[in-house]
Amino acid sequence: MIWPTQHQPHQPPAAPGPWTDQRIEIWVGVMLRTGVMLAAAIVLFGGILYLAHNHGPRPDYSHFAAEPAHLITFSGILHGVAALNPESIIMLGLLVLIATPVARVVMCIVGFLFERDRLYTVVSTIVLLILLYSLFLHK
Amino acid sequence: MSALDFSIILLISSLAAGLLGALSGLGGGVVIVPLLTVIFHVDIHYAIGASLVSVIATSSGAAAAYVREGFSNIRIGMFLEIATTLGALVGAWLTTRVPTHAIGVVFGMVLLYSAYTALRHHREIITQRPDPLALRLRLQGTLPTGPDTHQDYVAQRVPAGFGLMTLAGTLSGLLGIGSGAVKVIAMDQAMRLPFKVSTTTSNFMIGVTAAASAGLYLRSGYLAPALAMPVMLGVLVGSLIGSRLLVRVHVRTLKIVFALVIVALGVEMIINSLRGAL
Repeated sequence: MIWPTQHQPHQPPAAPGPWTDQRIEIWVGVMLRTGVMLAAAIVLFGGILYLAHNHGPRPDYSHFAAEPAHLITFSGILHGVAALNPESIIMLGLLVLIATPVARVVMCIVGFLFERDRLYTVVSTIVLLILLYSLFLHK
Repeated sequence: MSALDFSIILLISSLAAGLLGALSGLGGGVVIVPLLTVIFHVDIHYAIGASLVSVIATSSGAAAAYVREGFSNIRIGMFLEIATTLGALVGAWLTTRVPTHAIGVVFGMVLLYSAYTALRHHREIITQRPDPLALRLRLQGTLPTGPDTHQDYVAQRVPAGFGLMTLAGTLSGLLGIGSGAVKVIAMDQAMRLPFKVSTTTSNFMIGVTAAASAGLYLRSGYLAPALAMPVMLGVLVGSLIGSRLLVRVHVRTLKIVFALVIVALGVEMIINSLRGAL
């Protein structure tokens, strides 16, 4: 990942009015930050519960054996959360995190629709379809 | 080592990785996998799972800061995300087929290459010759260069950029990294976009690209919650602190130090993989 290390003077937030790329980006930025903070809070809560319940030695990750069935499906994770299983709660946080970029693409589709930009509404929809395929169908 | 000690050590190491990654501009994600595999002896599949979620967290967490700068181009980013997400599908699929040591060798080579790109002197190549395909796709924009000045740009060599982005996506899915280095090369070297546009748009694209691998990682059981928890929280907090710190340290020195760490980890990963110890 490449990070710019210089911060430029901030631009004022876009005023209400016609939809512009800058305005879409500001909304998207706020949503992404909120999503990440929510995800981090859920993961932290699950992590504290996990550490409160597990005083034993560290788990051995040196040999790969896929995670158990209840931690690799959406329904399994939600059932675990209902039962307050700490690992399931951490996984819920990770699912919220994974959902943030997907929500970003959805917001861009809406923004481009408001801008009446047909081409980029289609482009964003293609990206969303690839993401949904990857999340639910990819084998 | 108890579960608590292990989590705390992972949290601190990941925080340092995220902080150094943000300060040096290299990103912390790229060192998480070698850190977990070489130092903590974690299987590479769990390591790429934990790394991938940290990559999504840093990309989304930093988004607000990038938006304020006004350099990123959402149209160019969205168009190229078709390439990176398709590539990520292939890369994530490859992790279930390719032997572990092969993933390790590819990872080591990507680490060495990232260190090389970080240290090489950057040359800006801006061409104003309009590219017909880029104009039809409106892959253009305006970069603020001062209070009243700006610079217009149009993407060049769109197919080459699209191809490199597919490669970036494949590496992201195969290795659980953001592949920011390859994304930036696709934009600033192949498509001749301004460097600032390339880096900020790349950061915006990293989260969407990584999300395209997450589904298969989840179903394949790579996401170990107790491992991903301290890593994701550490990298996120470290990178947020790093991106907010007014950089008093010498960025060039920091880059060299971090690049040397990356080279050492890359060599270690290649040797371990060839020995079959990964």
